[in-house]
Amino acid sequence: MATLTLPVEERKKTQEQEALITGAEAIAIACKLANVDVVTAYPIRPYDTVMQYISQLVADGEMDCEYIVAEGEHSQFEIVKHASICGARVFCGSSGVGWMYAMEALTVSPALRVPMVCMVGNRALDDPGAFGVEHNDALAVRDLGWLLTWVDSAQEALDTALIAYRVAEDRRIFVPLAISCDGAFLTHSQALVKIPAAEQVKKFLPRYDRGDLLLHPDNVISVAPQANEDWVMEIRRQNYKVTEVACDVIREVYADFERTFGRKYGNPFFEEYMTEDAEVVLLGMGTLSTPVKVAVRKLREEGKKVGFVRLRWFRPFAGPEIAKCLERFKAVGVIDRDFSFGSPDLSGVVATEVRSAMYSSSSTRPPVICFIGGLGGREVTVPDVETMTDVVFQAAKGKAQPLTQWIGLRG
Amino acid sequence: MGQLLAIEVIYRGVFQKTLAKNITRGIVLAAHNEGKLGISFGRYGDAPERNGIPAKSFAIVANDEQTLEAGMAQYEPKQVDLTVVLDDTLCKGTESWAWYGLQPVHRALKPGHTLIVISLDDAPALLKNIHRREAPYKLGIVKGVTSFSGMWVYKDDHTDVRILGAIAKALPALFSLESVEQFINEKLKNSLKVTSARTAFERFTTVDVRAGQGNPEDLFKFELPGWEKMRDAVSIKGQPQGGPYADPVTKEVGGFRPARNERFKKYSTRTQRPVVNFSTCTKCTLCWLDCPDGSFDVTPDGTYDANLESCCGCGICEEVCPVKDCVTMVNESEFHDNKSPWAEFRKDKDAYLKWLETTIEKAEPIEKRSHGFRYRGQYQEQVPEALAVARKG
Repeated sequence: MATLTLPVEERKKTQEQEALITGAEAIAIACKLANVDVVTAYPIRPYDTVMQYISQLVADGEMDCEYIVAEGEHSQFEIVKHASICGARVFCGSSGVGWMYAMEALTVSPALRVPMVCMVGNRALDDPGAFGVEHNDALAVRDLGWLLTWVDSAQEALDTALIAYRVAEDRRIFVPLAISCDGAFLTHSQALVKIPAAEQVKKFLPRYDRGDLLLHPDNVISVAPQANEDWVMEIRRQNYKVTEVACDVIREVYADFERTFGRKYGNPFFEEYMTEDAEVVLLGMGTLSTPVKVAVRKLREEGKKVGFVRLRWFRPFAGPEIAKCLERFKAVGVIDRDFSFGSPDLSGVVATEVRSAMYSSSSTRPPVICFIGGLGGREVTVPDVETMTDVVFQAAKGKAQPLTQWIGLRG
Repeated sequence: MGQLLAIEVIYRGVFQKTLAKNITRGIVLAAHNEGKLGISFGRYGDAPERNGIPAKSFAIVANDEQTLEAGMAQYEPKQVDLTVVLDDTLCKGTESWAWYGLQPVHRALKPGHTLIVISLDDAPALLKNIHRREAPYKLGIVKGVTSFSGMWVYKDDHTDVRILGAIAKALPALFSLESVEQFINEKLKNSLKVTSARTAFERFTTVDVRAGQGNPEDLFKFELPGWEKMRDAVSIKGQPQGGPYADPVTKEVGGFRPARNERFKKYSTRTQRPVVNFSTCTKCTLCWLDCPDGSFDVTPDGTYDANLESCCGCGICEEVCPVKDCVTMVNESEFHDNKSPWAEFRKDKDAYLKWLETTIEKAEPIEKRSHGFRYRGQYQEQVPEALAVARKG
């Protein structure tokens, strides 16, 4: 009880606090705890909430960093890229077409081994000028060497931001990492979040050490010279090596997170909900977990053995583990809050990846039905989930179902 | 597989890019007049838009589609039936972009086949620069100045068809002179060019080059590292700063020689090099300051020595030097090594200055000597000279 008499600032250092904050605010607080050196900003909904919170932390004297408002997203990401090469811990982010406007900087950062951590406030790609959630923005960099993770609560957003710095700044990784937060549902909703003590974060998160890759007068190097077919394949192979070891590094970091803060995430790559005795499962990313979990509980009461798998890490895609998990079920329904026009079976991105993982790593290969839904921020309702589950049960019974179905669409 | 013939044209980017393309196109179209099939292409990775860089164009000709496809199934021909060199300073070898070190100009030429060089020099002079090799070959010279024909406003000086005429003689399996003439009449529609091609055909002769004959220089080489040995993050270690070095005679240490990239030597990019009169140098520093490649070493006695591993021959030093004849750019084919001129000067001052005097005599006046034009109408003045040379054969 004696500690209660400590001043607030002292308590923040040594004790966990609780606060009612949005997902964006949670990430801003993680940036403060991670003692980020350089933040760049350019407004676009829903990412802009995080830049607003960070600027407030700086203005209030709680956070000390270079806070640069760029003239556009391209510069925003270029600035952190260069700052990171010069040894700064950086934070950045964007949404929708803003993220796409930064695309040149996004594509070159993995090869330059820049461990920038970004928040993507997932947003539909204009036109139309929609700002509701869709996952195609972050997914646009899925093949380029970025690490991509989706979170579904403000608590997970904060924790994942801390984990993100540990993973990205690991010398074996050194590539950019984006934390995807569904626009509105996560970025703008307030929830009770446990904020770890600054001293614990310090223990968990060592200083960013760029070693001999540091661009500094004392370590004279030249970055990104011209190279052609005589070098490029070797450079790509170096990035491939990162993806070979990324799953192991992520596992290590989650284990250490649990040791340090006591909060357990179990399998870092995906969360399983009521899957133990399930006959069929649904799978998805981000905040649609809420209506799905509610529907799963409701369906369970009706005696329907359905479960839910929420994918956390999309890159690296833990293929063998996901396949091993899903082959236990008679059928799988993947909810894609994205589209991949013209893809095999005209499915969404996640369903296509899941099928691909099953093809190489599963002997049973249950049917995988793709549901495209929640686009442009449309609500995925509990009845929608019930409809999807019915379809998946039909597939489990061996009744052929269309491989891709649109859910919540006006007919 | 049917008959497959490959021809390479080595040229200087960007000045001769169009000329090289016109020649390889002409090869394919002339051969097509005999029912053969072919393709013509430039080596993309050379980035031949770069000023003065050694680059290559190819023509592949076959009797049937499958044979042609077999020839196209590789990035570029590993062996060629004929090599054409459009600038005799390239006889010192080619190195496009620090890929592989210095390569002899006949590297891909099949044994016994012909190397054609456009030059005013004779075979013994060219063989001082062309590296020796194990397999014998033939050397044929088409007399002429280095041509920029086809580039921008440069006039057509018939170099393309003169080469085609010479090829018809050197490699009759590719096409006959009649096919070249048919190509010129039908596609270029210029009867004067027919005459140029025929004259070149008639005058073209070759000399046999024996195994081991030629420039004995060891070729500069290096290995490209594997992906695990390479530095990551697309980064390269900076050069160490460099430092003072010793006078070869007095052993006195002084001056400053910057460390330079061990792999990127600019030997083959250069068409001319600075010749420095160290006895008239006023140590004004301008050449050292203005050199875009930092190629000047500060000598222990405070003069400036053009380092020939680093110099690309741009001539800026000559332009900024305020002293008459202190820095003079001289055609690269006059030189056969890359030794330090200052060291030679220190070892024997009189001999050096005597050498300098005769060497800079060979240099054309500065206004006539460039990669491009120095004054309006310069090229028009040069055309009659080039024609006179061509007529003489």
